[in-house]
Amino acid sequence: MEKTLNLTLKVWKQNGPREKGRFETYKVSNISVDSSFLEMMDILNEQLINEGKEPVAFDHDCREGICGMCSLYINGRPHGPDDDITTCQLHMRKFKDGETIIIEPWRSAGFPVIKDLIVDRTAFDKIIAAGGYVSVNTGGVPDANALPIPKPDADEAMDAASCIGCGACVAACKNGSAMLFVSAKVSQLALLPQGRVEAARRAKNMVARMDELGFGNCTNTGACEVECPKGISLSNISRLNREFLTAKIKD
Amino acid sequence: MSSLLCSSIGKKLLMGLSGLFLMIFLLVHLGVNALLLVPDGGELFNAGAHFMATNPAVKIMEPILGLGFLVHIVYGVVLTLQNRKARGSAQYASGKKTKGVTWASQNMLVLGITILAFLVLHIAHFWVKMKVTGSDLLEHVTINIGGVPTEVENAYALVNATFSELWIVLVYVVAGIGLAIHLSHGFWSSFQSIGFSNNLWRKRLTTTGQVYAWFVGLGFALIALLQYLFFQA
Repeated sequence: MEKTLNLTLKVWKQNGPREKGRFETYKVSNISVDSSFLEMMDILNEQLINEGKEPVAFDHDCREGICGMCSLYINGRPHGPDDDITTCQLHMRKFKDGETIIIEPWRSAGFPVIKDLIVDRTAFDKIIAAGGYVSVNTGGVPDANALPIPKPDADEAMDAASCIGCGACVAACKNGSAMLFVSAKVSQLALLPQGRVEAARRAKNMVARMDELGFGNCTNTGACEVECPKGISLSNISRLNREFLTAKIKD
Repeated sequence: MSSLLCSSIGKKLLMGLSGLFLMIFLLVHLGVNALLLVPDGGELFNAGAHFMATNPAVKIMEPILGLGFLVHIVYGVVLTLQNRKARGSAQYASGKKTKGVTWASQNMLVLGITILAFLVLHIAHFWVKMKVTGSDLLEHVTINIGGVPTEVENAYALVNATFSELWIVLVYVVAGIGLAIHLSHGFWSSFQSIGFSNNLWRKRLTTTGQVYAWFVGLGFALIALLQYLFFQA
């Protein structure tokens, strides 16, 4: 027989960026343990709509852990009580029948709340726009292996590139620092010859933008790495420090 | 250069470099303190203290050391204030349940203030008496340094008398443990901040850091405790 859960949800409700927010308590029943967390949220919203109430606003898109849109702080952890997953990959089997689940938005001065559980993460886009790309002159397709890249470098670059920019690192950080995100974006390109060309400029511009946007300073606590759904390593932050400092000293 | 030191990573560089510098100082300090445990009535310790007081290299390093402390303290406070602002005032109602984050790493300012409070007391006990006001206990004694009879201040008598009081020894033990906890995060963190770390070195640095932190912290505490227990006339 399929197991189901009856749950109490304490959800952050906030009408707008400048409005004062509050917690609302809702009850949901007969939630299948096989459903995902966001499916449970959908059931809640359907229930609210049927009751003529306003549904809870939350970010979501691909629902397969690759777009980085979902962003819920669940029971004390970004993306909830499981490791290396996004909120949309969280299953209800991680919760117990009768449990109270507290659902909050990311909390950081860099990510102001727009509505309910949705926060404004355009700061990340601004950091990317400051240099998180390679200026490519497209020409003919180059021969395979014309540019030899050592396997460890390729692997590390791929690991860094798995960052989906969800912002869980900032949400988990006691300093509201975006260093894990920026370091992943700098690393994925700095490790490869194509990205190496603009590496110094990229590190300087992205860090300058990050500071300007009011993100905090890294104190190496490592909370970001623990909560990152993609397991981005702290070693990227050390690489960013290295890239940034050498670029500045060369000036 | 100014734009470097205004950036977040630049400020962390100063924090890391000053931290590394202070950690080297702690080793030298602990080395001289260890002479307190030689049971020769303080002759070797007095020779060591005399060397530290007269050596030109040490004289040059003294103001630099002061600067190192100042940079570390000022930037520690500035960075923490910025971080609080970046974090924002909204707190998580469900708390922070992230596992695997060390307590030390999240309480570096509190630990630093504890160490600073101790430092004020420590400077009043020794540095002020040795360099400014003087003390009856510091009366000159003659010892043999390499076979040459030399007149030196009896620093050992001052240390020994200070560590005859239980409350002072207890303060030193607490401060030693606080220092160990501070360094248990500070050691690897300073290397990470200056960019000297990767997946392999992180393991090496955190392990070395733990050994270094508890060796230094408990070393200072133990020397004070042993002076109280076994070296009183």
